[in-house]
Amino acid sequence: MLRFEGIFKEYGGTPALAGVDLEVSEAQTTVLIGPSGCGKSTLLRLAAGLIRPDLGQVWFEGARLAGNLRPARLRMGYMIQDGGLFPHLSVRDNVTLMARRLDWPRERREQRLAALADLVQLPTAMLARYPIELSGGQRQRVALMRALMLDPDLLLLDEPLGALDPMIRFELQRELKAIFARLGKTVLMVTHDLAEAVFFGHRIVLLRAGRIVQQAEPRVLLDSPAEPFVAQFVAAQREPQRVLSGAGG
Amino acid sequence: MRRGILRRASSRRAPATGLALVTLVALLLALGLVAWSAESSAEESTPRPVTIGSKKFTESVILGETLRLLALDAGHPARHRAELGGTRILWGALLSGEIDIYPEYSGTLVREILSGEDVSSPERMEATLAARGVRSSASLGFENTYAIAVPEPLAEQLGLQRISDLREHPDLRLGFSSEFLERADGWPGLRQRYRLPQTRVQGLDHDLVYRGVDAGHLDVTVVYTTDAEIARYGLRMLDDDLGYFEDYQAILLYRAELAEEAPAAVAAFRRLEGAIDESTMAGMNGAVKLEGDSEQTVAARLLSEGLGLEVTLSGQGFWSQLGQRTLEHLGLVGVSLGAAILFAVPLGVLAAQNARLGHLILGITGVIQTIPSLALFVFLIPWLGIGWLPTVVALFLYSLLPIVRNTHAGLMDIPVPIRESADVLGLTCWARLRLIELPLAANTILAGIKTSAVLNVGTATVAALIGAGGYGQPILTGIRLDDTALIMQGAVPAALLALGLQGLFEFAERWVVPRGLRLKPTDGVRAEADPDHERPGP
Repeated sequence: MLRFEGIFKEYGGTPALAGVDLEVSEAQTTVLIGPSGCGKSTLLRLAAGLIRPDLGQVWFEGARLAGNLRPARLRMGYMIQDGGLFPHLSVRDNVTLMARRLDWPRERREQRLAALADLVQLPTAMLARYPIELSGGQRQRVALMRALMLDPDLLLLDEPLGALDPMIRFELQRELKAIFARLGKTVLMVTHDLAEAVFFGHRIVLLRAGRIVQQAEPRVLLDSPAEPFVAQFVAAQREPQRVLSGAGG
Repeated sequence: MRRGILRRASSRRAPATGLALVTLVALLLALGLVAWSAESSAEESTPRPVTIGSKKFTESVILGETLRLLALDAGHPARHRAELGGTRILWGALLSGEIDIYPEYSGTLVREILSGEDVSSPERMEATLAARGVRSSASLGFENTYAIAVPEPLAEQLGLQRISDLREHPDLRLGFSSEFLERADGWPGLRQRYRLPQTRVQGLDHDLVYRGVDAGHLDVTVVYTTDAEIARYGLRMLDDDLGYFEDYQAILLYRAELAEEAPAAVAAFRRLEGAIDESTMAGMNGAVKLEGDSEQTVAARLLSEGLGLEVTLSGQGFWSQLGQRTLEHLGLVGVSLGAAILFAVPLGVLAAQNARLGHLILGITGVIQTIPSLALFVFLIPWLGIGWLPTVVALFLYSLLPIVRNTHAGLMDIPVPIRESADVLGLTCWARLRLIELPLAANTILAGIKTSAVLNVGTATVAALIGAGGYGQPILTGIRLDDTALIMQGAVPAALLALGLQGLFEFAERWVVPRGLRLKPTDGVRAEADPDHERPGP
């Protein structure tokens, strides 16, 4: 499906990725996590073709991701923090932009739009609105609609819920997970929040300083950390509970 | 429901930013070309038309008007391109055939125009001119030389009689017309000849030096000996005791072929040889500058009193004149601005795509902006002549920078995540530019166009100096005649035109800038308040 082979990437002399091999398995959600600067976003941007590796190769559906990226991109959906919606286009136009470029007949576009609005539970009245007229949660729903419009094989999500307040975030997490399960998509997601990673991930990939430290199911990661760093990272993210239990005991 | 339909209609229009811009440009170009053709079609006719030029001081304009009336009387359609910017511009226009004849002074011809050539004898002078396809008339009968003048009371107080006396007073403030200050036969030569020590020397327009002296800002200035203001402002002309100024006889310079193609006109022109003496000329200058007669009236009086020629005067009403100037001005602004938009937007896009190319493009357009407009005009004249074309080219060049800069800035300001989202969506570069980037930058681009438009209307008034007409013409004449009302006749319509264009672009904003960008963020706050869980269930 999606495979990274021996990836090296530097930004102005600072290594961002130093020898990463990773296979993203089909119909599962793989979550990239790690402290900031660990290279998790770089990995996702490589998959989207926004940057090229200095060394190594990215394979997508049996072909190297290089040269003309358009065919590959039409089979990917991309969603970022804050949605990345085009502010000058209405919700409808944001979602159907690419379908129109590909000359989908109007009827097919409208059908797909209605189905997606239903899927992400966006009221149809919102379709004529502009991004600035939407709440943060609604913007993320629209961004997901746009990412799903062409029914891609792969979803790339970069901190998709990072800019939301905790309550809305919690609610959207549950909805999103249900949607992924229903559609059976391959998902590659970046987050810095371990709880979110555990919640979504079939598999969690923990990175540190451009290398993969451990990749495993959530349970395994929590219970048997491969190195002290993993345990540290997990512990750091459990801080609130520890404070509470410390206070209680 | 209805509201929904309206919204949908407007959202469908949103990606048409490019189309709207193109329409705007087409509108401007059409406006300009219509104005231009209305102006140029008036020139066609069968007998050889004669174009007369004159410098931008009253005496030259009176002589130009006289020549025009003579050519008309001889049966030739005649056009007077009055108040052109200076010797260089007129001489260039004569050589290129933009004008056929203009009044000049022998001293200027020898020392300024042909400086460095051997014109020691009349025969040599004739040959030198003939080599350039130019002929000269004999003197018109008067001399108009430079003279150094000082207000009478000051001259009395310091005992100034001769230019040499100035040497004793190094603190005097000198103010000269800009042309005199720079030309070889002007201030540099004078200072050398008389070894003058003064350092407080400033250049200003000749028509302003009298006001400067009158207001007490200047002590010493240069005048023309036939200026009517010498008496009016009570100035004393100092003796040229070392004989620096000499031989500024008024003459006519004309293209040699005019003698064959319009012999009747040339014969009529040459009737002026020896026909005007110094006091007649000073009287005519005074009639225009001090009594408010028009140059045309004064010229007609000269012809009837001096040559016994009765000519009919043609007047133009205020409104038709205003209409003509408006057309001329619109012609200049519309075409130059339209062309600038067509060039500058793609240049800005290129600059935004390639950083190194961007530096180059912004640098070059920035440098163009620093060239003074008159210098740019003079620079363009050898290639493009005078009048409409060089003006449009100059205005076009000046209009580039604000549009290029704003296009570049507007595109660079687009957040990276938005651009990347467009990429990952699978849009091609061209589609990304057209559907995402240009609409997002539309507001900034339009602001640049607005700036250019206002600058353009203002700069176009300078174009009167090279005979392009427009609102600059009455401004120029008004400055020359110290006539504020006349200045207003140019300045007020120019200001209104600038405001009008600004209004037009503000109107265009509704239609070029996508609706989603015109909404206030407060709408979003309202939406934020929409309870997220009130959505209908699945």
